[in-house]
Amino acid sequence: MRNTRSTELIFELSKPGCSGAHLPPCDVPLRPVAELIPAEALASKPLPLPELGEPDIVRHFVNLSTLNMSVDTHFYPLGSCTMKYNPKRNERIAAMPGFANLHPYQSDDTIQGMLELLYRSQQMLAEISGLPAVSLQPAAGAQGEFAALLVAAAYFRDKGIKKSVVLIPDGAHGTNPASAVMSGFTTVPVKSTANGLIDLDDLKARLNDGVAVLMITNPNTLGIFETHIAEIAEMVHEVGGLVYLDGANMNAILGITRPGDFGADLMHFNPHKTFSGPHGGGGPGAGPIGVTEKLAPYLPSPIVVKDGGRYRLDYNRPKSIGRVRSFFGNTGVLVRMYSYIRTHGPDGLRRISENAVLNANYLLSRVKHFLPVPQGDRCMHEFVASATRIKADRDISAMDIAKRLLDYGFHAPTVYFPLIVKEAIMVEPTETESKATLDAFAETLERIVTETPEQLHDAPSSAPVSRPDEVRAARQPMLTWKPTAT
Amino acid sequence: MKLDPKSIQYTSTHEWIHLEDGPGGTKTATVGVSDFAIQALTDLVHIELPELGRTLHAGKPFGEVESVKAVSDLYSPVEGEVVEVNASIAQHLDLMTTDPYGAGWLIKVRVKSGGSQSQLLDHATYKRQCEQAME
Repeated sequence: MRNTRSTELIFELSKPGCSGAHLPPCDVPLRPVAELIPAEALASKPLPLPELGEPDIVRHFVNLSTLNMSVDTHFYPLGSCTMKYNPKRNERIAAMPGFANLHPYQSDDTIQGMLELLYRSQQMLAEISGLPAVSLQPAAGAQGEFAALLVAAAYFRDKGIKKSVVLIPDGAHGTNPASAVMSGFTTVPVKSTANGLIDLDDLKARLNDGVAVLMITNPNTLGIFETHIAEIAEMVHEVGGLVYLDGANMNAILGITRPGDFGADLMHFNPHKTFSGPHGGGGPGAGPIGVTEKLAPYLPSPIVVKDGGRYRLDYNRPKSIGRVRSFFGNTGVLVRMYSYIRTHGPDGLRRISENAVLNANYLLSRVKHFLPVPQGDRCMHEFVASATRIKADRDISAMDIAKRLLDYGFHAPTVYFPLIVKEAIMVEPTETESKATLDAFAETLERIVTETPEQLHDAPSSAPVSRPDEVRAARQPMLTWKPTAT
Repeated sequence: MKLDPKSIQYTSTHEWIHLEDGPGGTKTATVGVSDFAIQALTDLVHIELPELGRTLHAGKPFGEVESVKAVSDLYSPVEGEVVEVNASIAQHLDLMTTDPYGAGWLIKVRVKSGGSQSQLLDHATYKRQCEQAME
């Protein structure tokens, strides 16, 4: 077994003298390397690169790839991440040579097809969000947040309005305060009520002329729709502030309601969540942003525009915050997003959200009897259960349950987020899972909570690595492999 | 130094404060994080504390503490100047867990007379607040 489940590094597998490449004899005059490269740029000894034959390299990487859990291999109910199945149709479209083989330095005239796709993507996102101006450039949701807050800052600066505060609910994604601070704002938290909604009294107490932006996630990170959202937006607008919608949870409301209609002035999309772009690897991703008409001049440049029958990249936007990404961003992800949206159409997008909400509520109704859901009986696309009771009674934590799920062939849900729920287990099944899968997951969870604490503290027992020492990894991170002294 | 948790005061944001008479009629405050908060944060992995001489304001952040769960701001209970920083804490975060009211102290502040001050809670009131938070 060890051969196929090996997690040794490729450096550790190295055998001196092995090679997968055989170079032909040199057909140009040989010269000593010292004549070609200055002495100070030469290494004193050869780099310790791994030496392996081709079959060993291929087996190393293919075996490692089989250790992955992914949406293609397992149910992946990672709350807040919308790990829906990624249709292979998207990959086929994105691989078409007319998209995949473009070079960013080609002239607009030779990439009219791609520009049309991007232009239509801007229009589709505007229609879905109710926000008329869209930039597709940011390379990830968090960068979209950052870019949108730069847009807000540019707007206030341009209008000569001095504002410095961004309000952020205590259940928000950690990226929200990070984006706000990086854009030059200071942040002030807003409390949630016991039922998981923004505390209107606390919000009222924090609102004043200095408030530039309220960043809000709706449905929020507890999977609950902020029922007072229109009132909240009005309160913020009354002090001259803007409402930013964190679009992480758009999968719950496609075709049902629109951020622009409930008062948002700016938002970002996560194509890898809502529109089935691939997750993982840290990118390449995309984080398009949408804004109201009055903020449109400040969006990043370029934007795709249509002149008569011709599409072109418009750089002549003097109030723009400028580029936030080289060239036009990661268009491969945008092609997949476009393919997904066009495949489903308006009615299909609405059904996606309806089924995502239905699946989450079905799972909630099966789970709440043995894992309480503090914020109630109904949710949108995800819900947050709590292991507080089982931790107090039997010393079984949210982490224990999450780790044990791996042994049963399910990816773990998000745990310990949002911070306002103790021992949080955040489950988002998405619309692409069958009732049979949801039943199997609920039954497995129910079985796990009856297991002994000892069994659970040692979980996972089937994974190649059981429980990494997270504390030591954070306190003494070793980020670079070094050869052991021989 | 080993303080009795019952004899010191607390903020609603979980810092503790111990006030002593300093030189020339001034007051010196020693500030740390309560045992309850550290238990809730679980394993600590990083801390950032202010440099000596920095001016602090009551209710405003003076540093932050990071655990495997979250990053949390540390709020100054008083207005004043940082006169001492516990230099060994960064390398020995365990002290905050094992001895939160002794070797786990964080900073000492020369309190500005007449300066702003957060609402301070006695031990019983703070304990009640924590119990409510657990429910």
